Amino acid sequence: MTGPRFRPGHAVRVKALFPPGHCRTPFYTRGKRGRILDLVDVEPDPEERAYGRPGLPAVPVWRVVFDQHELWPDYGGPARDRVVVGIFEPWLEPLEDGA
Amino acid sequence: MRRYHDMGGLPAGPIERTEHEHAPWEKKVDAILRLLVAEKVMTLDELRRGIEELGPGAYDELSYFERWIRSIANILLEKGVVTVQELATAIEAAKARRAAAEACPKTLPAP
Repeated sequence: MTGPRFRPGHAVRVKALFPPGHCRTPFYTRGKRGRILDLVDVEPDPEERAYGRPGLPAVPVWRVVFDQHELWPDYGGPARDRVVVGIFEPWLEPLEDGA
Repeated sequence: MRRYHDMGGLPAGPIERTEHEHAPWEKKVDAILRLLVAEKVMTLDELRRGIEELGPGAYDELSYFERWIRSIANILLEKGVVTVQELATAIEAAKARRAAAEACPKTLPAP
């Protein structure tokens, strides 16, 4: 692998992709903006391993923080409410801060 | 589009919080899976993919461990670890053992 692409605090967007196969990125996060919290681990890609392939090179898994209001536009709770989701790096693209 | 099993955020009713014992067959399913993973016959990622491929009907109707054993069976067929004939024969043999056990008197006759 080429090393993790992000650092804690980086603004990211989850790719708005909707593949038919095994996918570890929850539907409700796709296309949404969040911020890198920290690195969970570097693991063989489960979306490859699900089909009997080795999933190598291993890919970083990031904890990404999302505002509830970003995920659910009609969210009724406090503005400070957030969700942390583990997301594999190939699903993330960098955002310019403030974007 | 959203795949059927990917239900995060959808209404799902209350959470069942009571503890329950696992049936012996459920423990056996767990043991089978652990052994297959430890022996590198299959991965947990394949198990999950197999469960997702059961489709909406089976996904709703089957219990948690029923989904596991269905997925395990399909993955082992796919990999050629077992054949359809072997699996079918084993299922019939298990049914016959169960029928024989149920026909057996539950208590010994009084002396």
